Amino acid sequence: MNKEWRTTGDVRRTTKGFCSVEFFKNPNIDFLGKKWYFIAFSLIFSVAGVISLIVHRGPNWGIEFRGGTLVYVKYTHTPSLDALRSELDRVGIHNARLQTLGRAGSNQVLVDLPQETTTEAALENPRDQIVAALTTNKVPNKQDLNNASVLAVSKYLLDNDPLHLATDAQKRYSDIAQSITDFRDKSRGGLFSSFNDLNGVADPAVVASLQNGFFLSDFGVYNTVIVGPQVGAQLRGQALRATLYSLLGMLIYLAVRFEWIYGVAAVITVFHDTLITVGAFSLTDKPISLTVIAAILTLIGYSNNDTIVVFDRIRENLKLMRREKLSDIVNRSINQTLSRTILTAGLTFLTVLALYLFGGEVLHGFSFALVIGILIGTYSSIAIAAPILVAYQDWRSNRSTPGFAGQGGTKVPQSGSGRREKAKARA
Amino acid sequence: MNKDLGWKVILIVAVILLFAYGIFGIPSGVSGGALADGLLSGGMFRNGIHLGLDLKGGTNLILQVQVNDAINVDSDNAVEILKDGLRKAKVNYAEITKPDPANHPEQIVLKGVPPDGSSALRDLIQNKLPEYDSASGANDTWTVTMKPTAVSDTKNQAVTQAIETIRNRIDQLGVTEPVIEEHGLGQYQILVQLPGVDDPARVKELIQSTAMLEIKQSLGGPYSSQDAALQEHNGVLPNDAMLMQGHTGSANDEWYLVSRVSAVRGKDLRDASTGTDENGQPEVNFVLTNEGGQRFYNFTSQHIGDSLAVVLDNKVQEVANIKEPIRDQGRISGGRMTQQQAKDLAMILRSGALPAGIKYLDEEVVGPSLGADSIRAGVRAAVYGMVAVLIFMLIYYRAAGVNADLALILNLVILLGFLGFTGATLTLPGIAGVILTVGMGVDSNVLIFERIREELRNGKTPPSAVEQGFGHAWVTIVDTHVTTIVSAAILFLFGTGPVKGFAVTLTFGLLANLFTAVFVSRVIFDWVLSRKRIGEALSI
Repeated sequence: MNKEWRTTGDVRRTTKGFCSVEFFKNPNIDFLGKKWYFIAFSLIFSVAGVISLIVHRGPNWGIEFRGGTLVYVKYTHTPSLDALRSELDRVGIHNARLQTLGRAGSNQVLVDLPQETTTEAALENPRDQIVAALTTNKVPNKQDLNNASVLAVSKYLLDNDPLHLATDAQKRYSDIAQSITDFRDKSRGGLFSSFNDLNGVADPAVVASLQNGFFLSDFGVYNTVIVGPQVGAQLRGQALRATLYSLLGMLIYLAVRFEWIYGVAAVITVFHDTLITVGAFSLTDKPISLTVIAAILTLIGYSNNDTIVVFDRIRENLKLMRREKLSDIVNRSINQTLSRTILTAGLTFLTVLALYLFGGEVLHGFSFALVIGILIGTYSSIAIAAPILVAYQDWRSNRSTPGFAGQGGTKVPQSGSGRREKAKARA
Repeated sequence: MNKDLGWKVILIVAVILLFAYGIFGIPSGVSGGALADGLLSGGMFRNGIHLGLDLKGGTNLILQVQVNDAINVDSDNAVEILKDGLRKAKVNYAEITKPDPANHPEQIVLKGVPPDGSSALRDLIQNKLPEYDSASGANDTWTVTMKPTAVSDTKNQAVTQAIETIRNRIDQLGVTEPVIEEHGLGQYQILVQLPGVDDPARVKELIQSTAMLEIKQSLGGPYSSQDAALQEHNGVLPNDAMLMQGHTGSANDEWYLVSRVSAVRGKDLRDASTGTDENGQPEVNFVLTNEGGQRFYNFTSQHIGDSLAVVLDNKVQEVANIKEPIRDQGRISGGRMTQQQAKDLAMILRSGALPAGIKYLDEEVVGPSLGADSIRAGVRAAVYGMVAVLIFMLIYYRAAGVNADLALILNLVILLGFLGFTGATLTLPGIAGVILTVGMGVDSNVLIFERIREELRNGKTPPSAVEQGFGHAWVTIVDTHVTTIVSAAILFLFGTGPVKGFAVTLTFGLLANLFTAVFVSRVIFDWVLSRKRIGEALSI
């Protein structure tokens, strides 16, 4: 048997005998030759996003931007949305949107009241209004322990004094109330299903007293957000301005560090990434919240990283390979940096993926934006940014010397020496 | 070179110790189990790093102060002064109005002022209303307008005072670490954050309740503490007296002994304004209702020479002597009042409540169960993401992977230590910022290592490959960091609470990364190379 182990190029033997892993050893892919595929790919996604945005009449803004009321409710059982809707209807809340949240079995419902319903008067206490509507087993003259605040419990205990405390009653009862609500919120996930849950947590006399003044509903409110109309408009403007300032900042920095066309190429690329990311939110009907804007701004900065790596290499190669065609230099630069482009993006993607999978519901939109954005950003720094440089160069030489397009020796503007050379050539 | 390396190692160890102190404080026997436990519950941060509202649970309110209310109060007062002054100067005008109190509360228009009355009017404004400008128009119409500086002062004053008043009331809730501060840039908004409070209705009720204003007899004080006050009276307070704390704005703790019964209450007051006494010192003039004036007269005529305390929400604001019996018009004057204090006091007397109306713009209540879930999820994602990156680096780069992992861990230590030192608030997006710092920070190592590999492939010796690798990658790393930090900075300027936390975390994480991924990593490489024989390969 003459079986042999051979390396396939993925595993390199170093002189000392260590094996080290390496992806993309000396890749030689003609990226520029595939530009029509890339353009088609980008167009499909951008246009799909834009169409979706037009159909939905703009982005699906999150509560912070559009105003309104969100009440997050958690049930002890799987709630029927139709039943909830009719309960809300009964108290005059007609246009609420109901939505189940989280994994199946987490029994969470989001009640979403649009801005029109969130009038100034309703702003005073929509939470209580919704809680009242959802409470089906209301007991007269009793409070709901699942939706009672620490203050309410503490006040009740102080008024009823089940432990007959002579001194320090206020402090003691407030501590007891705190421990009861803490137990409810931290150990029981925000809900008691029966007063027996309290055995061992509080003194039996306290539990008995609570039973006299409280009942248990089958749900608890774990988060409410109420945003007035003014704030929303103000924030929308700010978000758009921040995004534009960010793009402008990139343009200026890259124009200073490289040449203006590099800045323009990078900003077009990042704009493309932003458009596709926002489009993905529209296509999947996910709201764009404040943290999503934060993610998009971060992406504007981060997407540029891969682009800069490629640009840096193009600039370096331009000095080394004066005689080559620009498209060859760009192609080689992309190939030379391919492994680090994929690795850096891949590692960041790994952490973002962890955030998306395990980071919980609150960060869902944020991490979704990053997941999409990093994928698109990496693709575009290879497929969009560098080719723009070549396209610009082709366009320029086409314009100045028709008929000589594609001839060797075309120069892309480069900082310092390049510019002087051009000047010399002209002179 | 070895000597150089020694100094660098000492610097690195010093940085580690410094920032580890920022996270943990002085170590007090932390066991491994407790640490892991603390990490998961977020308890580890309790000393240095504060948890944001989204992690701790609590109420977040944004209020709009209707600052025009405060301007209206001032200009209404000015209208009265003008009416009064013109009557005394016997100037007959046709009409005095405020044409647009909703949008231009600072404007007063006088119509039909006879030409011979204009000098009297100008004098009146110069002497009695120094904060107003006047301009004459067609048809004997005069426009009296509050000066722009005075307008903005009054508006800012209204916000400051609203914050102060709200803070006093929130104190009654006994909330730990409440945040009550101006929000936004010049929008006259107030941010109220109350960790652990999940009953916004109660908070709103408290904020909007009118303040309790009383004028009581001051029987002694100020004392530096309650004990000092007791000592002064041989341990027993008079039956009809009580101790009351001074205004919270005062530098030291102050206690006053005041009568239990109030001479006048807030509802007895009709108006108050500032003025100057015969010595040119600021004073506060106030007007009582008829009934309140009668009571006040009975009281003051019996207590000439005694002191009166102005008490707002059970806090003594000001103490002054009774010079003469006062009926329904009185004044509070005294050498120690500044113009600003007089203005504040007048405002307090006048409004008794908040200086201006309040509108709720935004309300968020994060239940404590959600906060706990968020911490668990956030920490879990951070740990998984970080472990994945660490393992990948080890497999892909072998010994150099150890180098990168050490640099990465140090990066985290510096970041968390920084958060501890600055007392920064860790929010859920902030945790995301930590995770992203890991993912983006390791990019620097990758850029350097790939370059070193490339140089090695081109036949360079390990020391020169390391030299070249760091040299070439450095420029790229600076560029990539700058772009990310620029967008984080814009995010910081634009964002609110949690998002700001994210921007701060990311920015500082990436700055620390320049130190760890470039400097520290280089030192480790140099150390490794210094222990190798010439020509021996580098594990990368």
